[in-house]
Amino acid sequence: MINIPDTLKISLRAIRINKMRSALTMLGIIIGVGSVIAMLAVGTGASEKIRQQISSIGSNLLLILPGSTTSGGLRMGMGSQPTLTKDDADAILREIPRVQDVAPILSGVAQVVFGNQNWSTGVYGSTEGVFVVRDLSLVSGRMFTEQDVRSANKVAVLGQTVVTNLFGSSNPVGQIIRIKKLPFTVIGVLGEKGQSMQGQDQDDIIYIPVTTAQKKIFGTPFPGMVRNIMVKVRHAGDINDVENEINSLLRQRHRISSREDNDFQVRNLADMMQMAEQSSRVMTLLLGAIASVSLLVGGIGIMNIMLVSVTERTREIGIRMAVGAKTWDILMQFMIEALTLSLMGGVIGIILGIGGAKILSVMAGWETVVSPVSVLLAFGFSALVGVFFGFYPAYKASLLNPIDALRYE
Amino acid sequence: MSLIETEDLYKIYDAGGAPVHALDGVSVRIDSGEFVAIMGPSGSGKSTFMNIIGCLDQPTRGRYLLGGIETARLTRDELATIRNEKIGFVFQGFNLLPRTSALENVELPMFYRSMHHGERRKKAREALKRLGLEGREHHHPNQLSGGQQQRVAIARALVNDVPLILADEPTGNLDTKTSIEIMELLVRLNRDDQMTIVLVTHEHDIAAFSRRIIHFLDGRIVSDEAHYPDWEKPEERPDQ
Repeated sequence: MINIPDTLKISLRAIRINKMRSALTMLGIIIGVGSVIAMLAVGTGASEKIRQQISSIGSNLLLILPGSTTSGGLRMGMGSQPTLTKDDADAILREIPRVQDVAPILSGVAQVVFGNQNWSTGVYGSTEGVFVVRDLSLVSGRMFTEQDVRSANKVAVLGQTVVTNLFGSSNPVGQIIRIKKLPFTVIGVLGEKGQSMQGQDQDDIIYIPVTTAQKKIFGTPFPGMVRNIMVKVRHAGDINDVENEINSLLRQRHRISSREDNDFQVRNLADMMQMAEQSSRVMTLLLGAIASVSLLVGGIGIMNIMLVSVTERTREIGIRMAVGAKTWDILMQFMIEALTLSLMGGVIGIILGIGGAKILSVMAGWETVVSPVSVLLAFGFSALVGVFFGFYPAYKASLLNPIDALRYE
Repeated sequence: MSLIETEDLYKIYDAGGAPVHALDGVSVRIDSGEFVAIMGPSGSGKSTFMNIIGCLDQPTRGRYLLGGIETARLTRDELATIRNEKIGFVFQGFNLLPRTSALENVELPMFYRSMHHGERRKKAREALKRLGLEGREHHHPNQLSGGQQQRVAIARALVNDVPLILADEPTGNLDTKTSIEIMELLVRLNRDDQMTIVLVTHEHDIAAFSRRIIHFLDGRIVSDEAHYPDWEKPEERPDQ
């Protein structure tokens, strides 16, 4: 029964008549919606980045570290006790069927030389399992094999950064490089992995067989020692069970009695990542909540202006009532006016918010993702603000006594 | 059947503890097609009476029947419908919507009748033409003279084909010449279109256009007599 297009026309005219005032009122909503969109984009971008890093590290991963030593009552840091061996790693793979693969790691920093170029990089001794565990891919050549590990062959697989620094653009496969003066044959080049969450260059790396690292490069206090063991579990759901099985297997292998503490520690990488993701989600919520406050303030601005508008136009309301406007007609007229203000502000805010997110990602280098959900949310929220804060002034207008309204000066 | 019938109307305001009887038992009948002038000094209750018969206000006590409908029991919205369909208002201060064209002002009563846009426009144009405002359709009130504004208001009052026009001091803001023009317009509506017109004024010259004059004093009717206006005696009609 109410004529929406014509009522909308009336609202647009009222908004146009007070251009400056309408613009300022809308500004509250524009800033509110814009900041909600931009903040959610920043937060979503951060979560997205963490999620990407989780998958770049490789999911379903457990990290086994040696325990800490106690010397003279002084507890040393984690990993100070050299307790893990390659045999532990082999036993885990052999005894626990739900483990897909293991990678014992013995790493260190070493100077690498090719021709007249040299480069200091992380040298990782491991088994062929590392390629599965760390989801490594090759761009040329081959991985080292179980045979290479067993014979402690001097072969190396290089990361992109090492290749760039030593070889420039020429093909390194088949070339001989020197690691700590020992000659190694380059057998493969890894695909690019990018930065880790801590900002480390994951391509500045050389993989060699763990046995070669133990015997020829780093040396070990006792045979077979490794710095840590990475374990990849077949199914993410099994990760906690596998963690328990590793605990009991290693306790048994290290002959730890039930009264003693572990001389190793199992860490769940996915858990750590999830924690990081969780905290970024909390941050997103927090940013969104702060931005919502400005939307709320914008809504109060709308209510304020609508109250002023109703008072100013009391006579107009009286005239409309005299010629037959019903309670509902007046209510709708002012509701639609408030809604028009808030929705126009909402649309402009969405555009500015998306623009702001883009600027943030270009200027500050933050990854931002504007999700359609956040746009819908912001739009819906601004409509809600219009309805909520427009209702009281409109209701007040609709209940005016026609004769008092007509006489209002 | 009378168009307007009131029976013992009271309107009592509470002015700081002491009740003020704005209307103190008013009973009157006005038939269809009459042209009534209501006179009286300010505070006599004539405006209160107009507001009540215009369904803008409700009496404290008493009955008011408009076209046989008992208005005391009607809701706000039902009263709004009655105002829309049965009554056209002409005010002293014109009461046109500012910054709104003459055409849209005239369309307003039809807007609240959910009339189709095209039909609204057509009828509004006709009403303006009838009142000699052709070519002024898109003028805003502040671009029109007082007489023109009042003619727009009259066009708005009659556009919904209402039987009753209530004019509250319609010439109060106009000069003598324009006042007479407006009054002649009202006379024509009464004489040619049989519209019932109730007019409030405190000027005898203006009341002289009507055919019945009711005097109010202290909330009561003190006199109610038939009057033979000049326009019924063409030979005595003033030149203006």
